[in-house]
Amino acid sequence: MSADPTTPPRAPVEDEAALRKALASTPRPPRPSAASAAFTFGWRGMLKVKHVPEQLLDVTITPVMFVLMFTYLFGGAIAGSTGEYLDYILPGILVMSVLFTTVYSGVALNTDLTKGVVDRFRSLPIWKPAPLVGSLLGDSVRYVIAGTVIIVLGVVLGFRPEAGVGGVVAALALVVVFAFGLSWVFTTLGLVLRSPNAVMNAGFMGIFPLTFLSNVFVDPETLPAGLKEFVDVNPISILATASRGLMEGTAEAGDIAVVLATAAVLTAVFAPLTTRLYRTRG
Amino acid sequence: MPPDDPALAIEATGLVKSFGETRAVDGVDLAVRSGSVYGVLGPNGAGKTTTIRMLATLLRPDAGSARVLGHDIVDDADAVRSVVSLTGQLASVDEDLTGRENLILLGRLLGLKRAHAKQRAAELLDAFGLAEAAGRLVKNYSGGMRRRLDIAASIVVTPQLMFLDEPTTGLDPRSRNQVWDIIRALVAEGTTILLCTQYLDEADQLADGIAVIDHGRVIAEGTPSQLKASVGSGALHVRLLDPAQRPEAERVLSNELGAVHLEPDPAALSSPCPDGDRAAEAVAELARSGVRIANFSLGQPSLDEVFLALTGHPAEEPEANAIEEEQAA
Repeated sequence: MSADPTTPPRAPVEDEAALRKALASTPRPPRPSAASAAFTFGWRGMLKVKHVPEQLLDVTITPVMFVLMFTYLFGGAIAGSTGEYLDYILPGILVMSVLFTTVYSGVALNTDLTKGVVDRFRSLPIWKPAPLVGSLLGDSVRYVIAGTVIIVLGVVLGFRPEAGVGGVVAALALVVVFAFGLSWVFTTLGLVLRSPNAVMNAGFMGIFPLTFLSNVFVDPETLPAGLKEFVDVNPISILATASRGLMEGTAEAGDIAVVLATAAVLTAVFAPLTTRLYRTRG
Repeated sequence: MPPDDPALAIEATGLVKSFGETRAVDGVDLAVRSGSVYGVLGPNGAGKTTTIRMLATLLRPDAGSARVLGHDIVDDADAVRSVVSLTGQLASVDEDLTGRENLILLGRLLGLKRAHAKQRAAELLDAFGLAEAAGRLVKNYSGGMRRRLDIAASIVVTPQLMFLDEPTTGLDPRSRNQVWDIIRALVAEGTTILLCTQYLDEADQLADGIAVIDHGRVIAEGTPSQLKASVGSGALHVRLLDPAQRPEAERVLSNELGAVHLEPDPAALSSPCPDGDRAAEAVAELARSGVRIANFSLGQPSLDEVFLALTGHPAEEPEANAIEEEQAA
């Protein structure tokens, strides 16, 4: 119809045959299982680490700093010798570092939401919590890395847990399970707050005092009444006690049960909340 | 539940969505036949994206209802999700992954086995001219490459219905043509497409039916020709090699077609013209009388004129296309 010479030159897609082949119907297979979808999202998280390995710095450098600082700066003053304090503080620092890392799960989710790809995920017929469970599974790998760095450094500095490798692995596993439960709180925060920075600030405003008001750093025996009662029931104290117990072979089943129950309750409350918010926000 | 009318891929009635005080979508009705390309045309902020997001089950309508391929978008959202795919306005791909990883990710999430997902990714990357860039992070892609990857991600498994939200916004003409070619090929394979666009020529080029939308309402609906006809008949535009021949050309055209309009350009003139046959005769007559023609076109009234006639304000600033240029092709 038009002989207008300003029509831009035709630039058909490279290869007609390839295009036709690609467009020929690819039937839809049965939808993936919940686990498969979640693991695929976990793989996505791993790929991001592969492309930007620097993001592992926060889970490796920070714990190293904490271990060195607390052991050598406070060890003598608090426990009489750095060696003795290391036995006490190392499981505590393991707990603290991993729990601090959980805040980043919320920050990462908030960042993700600003991108168009979330719309595509939401328009897929998959198990609804899969993107969230998957990214937390990916984050769990980060928790394991942070924990491993701390334990290896501790061993280098002279930490010799009574319960050996088995006890250490059990302690790390317990901390990671608790962190998984706690992460849901921060993913909820990540969906409620407007910016990644707000999530970071609010997250640390919560996790920082909770961690310090626990038995992570000091034996609560010396604390004033009131504070001591709080520290004793703080789930982070119980987690630290259970981790120490597992590493020393003196763990009490009650502590472990409380930790697992807390993780389960956090997940039961905040996972559905996060999933709902993820589907409805925007 | 079976659709009320199986020939309709989308039936929407009275869709409403408000954000705070703003009624972004204010009672939209749509009826889209299966196998067609339906254009939703309107300026920025008209409610196109909100409409598409409701139909793609990303937003729940405040009022009204819609069925997509027979499935209710609220009650049966998961069934809708298993027959549609969405190419959002922000490219719906993960910038922090490579092109190949994006397609494999989607393939796996849609239920393809690992090997099949890889093979399908390779096939699509080849077809869309992305094979070379397959291993690069998407954040380093040009706008056109990103769009092609986006569309590829939407057809990892063949959808029955595809939502395309402004697929060529911000693309240079070459990339735009590539995207148009892909869309035409998709339609040829039988996919129904709901295309949101603010570009009138895009709707004109691709769509079988168009709904013009403004301030959250459909203000006109029809085929591109019907919409144009509602504004008036077309015109033959002629541009001469030699402006000195314009009086002669004017004489010939007024004999052939009646009224002649002299354009501000001293080499150009136009006449109202009902159809191509009459235009061809007029052009032939010009040639016989020795008038040399640089170019001619039979222009129907542009959809811009349609929009102006319907809404009383222009659809967009003419420069909008030119400003947003792709950085690298």
